[in-house]
This record gives sequence, C-alpha cells and structure tokens, in this order.
Amino acid sequence: MKPAKFDYVRAESIDQIVDALDKGDGEAIVLAGGQTLMPMLAMRLARPATVIDINNVTDLSGIGIVGDELVIMACTRQAEALASPLVREHAPLLAEAIALVGHQQTRNRGTVGGSLSHADPASEIPLAALALDASVSLRSVAGTRRVQLADYFLGPMMTARADNEVLVSVHFPIMSGGAGSAFHEVSERRGDFAVVAAAAIIEVDGAGICTAAALAIGGADATPRRIAALEDKLQGAKLDGALIRSVLPEIALAVAPGDDQHAGAAYRLRVATNLAERALLEAFDGARA
Amino acid sequence: MSKPEINLTINGHERSAAVEPRVSLLDFLREDMALSGTHTGCEHGVCGACSILLDGVPIRACLMLAVQADGCHVTTVEGLCNDDGGPGVLQDAFVEAHGMQCGYCTPGMLISAQALLAENDDPTLEQIKDAIGGNLCRCTGYVQIIESIQLAAARLREARS
Repeated sequence: MKPAKFDYVRAESIDQIVDALDKGDGEAIVLAGGQTLMPMLAMRLARPATVIDINNVTDLSGIGIVGDELVIMACTRQAEALASPLVREHAPLLAEAIALVGHQQTRNRGTVGGSLSHADPASEIPLAALALDASVSLRSVAGTRRVQLADYFLGPMMTARADNEVLVSVHFPIMSGGAGSAFHEVSERRGDFAVVAAAAIIEVDGAGICTAAALAIGGADATPRRIAALEDKLQGAKLDGALIRSVLPEIALAVAPGDDQHAGAAYRLRVATNLAERALLEAFDGARA
Repeated sequence: MSKPEINLTINGHERSAAVEPRVSLLDFLREDMALSGTHTGCEHGVCGACSILLDGVPIRACLMLAVQADGCHVTTVEGLCNDDGGPGVLQDAFVEAHGMQCGYCTPGMLISAQALLAENDDPTLEQIKDAIGGNLCRCTGYVQIIESIQLAAARLREARS
C-alpha cells in the first residue's frame, strides 16, 4: 500500500503543467485533490513516471460568472463549490449533487475538475454537470479546446481528454431562475459512491407547458447518460404527474446497466426508474413560470 | 531519487525535513516526525483513522503527499492536548463518556469532532453524525462517541458563558 517511485513536479502555472505533460509522453499524470489518484497510486493501479502536482497553480482555483456561464476552475475544492453562493444561485443542481460527494475530509481536498477527469460512471459531479449541459476546457501545448460533456464521457474512467491535456475549467450555462431541479441517489452508506443516481431539470411556461427538460442517469451504464427520448416527450407537453410517469419507460430503452458486486442489472434499472420519477416530479414541483 | 526539502508547522512547532515525494503525509508524520497518534488504517481514504487538520480543516493524511504540505499548518491529535500536556476538553470527554473501545478510530474521531466544535459548540445530533460520517468505528456503534462529543460541546458552552 505504498506508491511506486515517481518524479514529482510542483507546477506553478498552467504552462508548466502542459509542458510537463508533453515531456511526460503519456507517462505523466496530474495530481489535483488526490482523493482517487492517491489510492490508485497506493494500490499501484497507477504507476506514472511523473506526478504533476497542480495544487499550487492559483489560476486553476476559483468560481466566477463569465458572460452567461458559471465557470468553476478545475482545482476548486468541492467544499468551496458546495459553500459558494454563485453555485447555489446559478447551478443549484450541482450544489445538491456535491452535498452527496464523500465526507468533509474528502470534500476539503477533492476538486470539481478531478471528479470530471476521473469520470466514474456513478459519481455525482459528472452526472449533475451532464444534466446542466456543461462543457470542459482542455489545454495542451497545442492550445485550448472546449468539449461538451455529451461528447466527453467515453466509458468507465475514460474521457475525451488526451494524455497531454489538462482539464482547466468547467463551464455551466446559468440555470434559468424559474427552473426546478432535483438530484436523488441510492448508495450503501451516506457519502459512498451512488449505486444509481438521477438528476433532473424542468422548466415550464405560464400555461404549465414544459419548455425545457433534462434527465441524466448515473450508475446504469458505462457513462452517465442523458435520456434524450424522454426529454423530447416532455418538451412541449402540459406536465402533470401522470404524464411524467408515462414517459419513464424510455429509460429502459436508453441505458444498458451491468451486474457487479453492488447491484444487478435489473435492480439498477428499477432503481433508476424510481429515482428518475422522484427527481422529475420534484423538479416539476420546483419549476415556476 | 531527489528528496525535496519541506517546511511546515506541526502542532504549533516549525519543522523542516527532506522527504521522498512518494511518502504520504501520514507516513511522514508517524515515521519522520515520530507523531504516532495519527493512526494508519486503510491507507486509501476510506476509514478516516488518519484524519488531521490541514490549515484548520479536516482531511485524510493518507491521501496527501508529504511534499504537498510544504508551507502548511498541520494539527494532529497530539495537538489537541492542553498546553500542560494533559488531555484537552474533547479528549477528556471521550474518556469520561467512554467514547472508545479499541481506540483505533479515536484520533480521527477527535479530529473530526474538533473541526466541528471549532465552528459550532452547539451542534445538533445530525450535525455530529455528519461530522463523523467519514470515520469508521467497528466497536462502539457510535452512540458513546456521539455522547462524548455532546459532553465536550456542553463543557465548551459552559466555559464560554
């Protein structure tokens, strides 16, 4: 349970990070909050030649509004995002999700960008960010590119980020003031990874017609998944509980849950459907024209 | 293998040391600084036995490299004693209310409780449960630990008024 030897680089700027990643030639890894990388190093599931510590790069920490986006820099601690009035006002779904991530000891070190880089298919921050139509900014020596989360998650712990890129910031479109949102999960103990989780956002107009809907399910497929067919059926419809319940079968058509030591596929699908119902009803309840 | 020099403050004392990058802050505290009060449990961030305060907030010492603590203020369970070396309010309450059996989780429990009571000396039951939610105890069933924290909180409120 001790890491193998590695070279340690304490980066002081984003340029230093991308230079070190470039020189690392696929054998260098970025250390942010360490809440998943440190166990992987200790168990020697990861044996990088070089560890690039980004905790001292002040440009990578902070939360602000830029244009019509809430921007969270990648190395911002989960505890800071959870306490942020900007997050509560402009992306309350994210605040609700972060409250379920780990414990105070892990949220004080764990980062928003680290969770998105690790991309566990059951973790909360990627799921909320996907429901919120967020995108990530990835930088390498060649420059910066923006990737929508819909195109970012490729599989369990696999993302579109290349080995020579560092996740710099996460961009959330500001939620409409009238939108309702909700996040529900089932986990073995409070603070554990979710077995299954659901995140929902609903907007309605004055006549109760749905003008925007998002449903994302985690822990029921290789990546967190948006249920587009369900969203399409809600959009433009006059919402009530019965209508919301009538579209839930779309979930089973869209996800392919697996069996593992935590839960079987049939159970995951049943839980996903129940959590989605709960999240959609609560989001609808919170929505106002 | 180069050993970077680090400077940090541990329980109010300034310390310097050269440390291999792969050494966790937990192993550094126990083996290089001879502060064995912080316990080594799972070494992968699950059990909470290695909890310490880093710049005043609780973290897991097994999930941080010692080199990353350069310039930081660290408080370990030894730092919760009174100035005369006797048990602090929390430690005393754990003894009196029997907040431990085997004692393995105790340093982590004390650190989590310290972080809670430093912010709020009148916590609700739910707040106490939340504060120690990241610390596993396999002996007590947690009830006496919670009662110990409530006793310490009552004594802190009494001292304040």
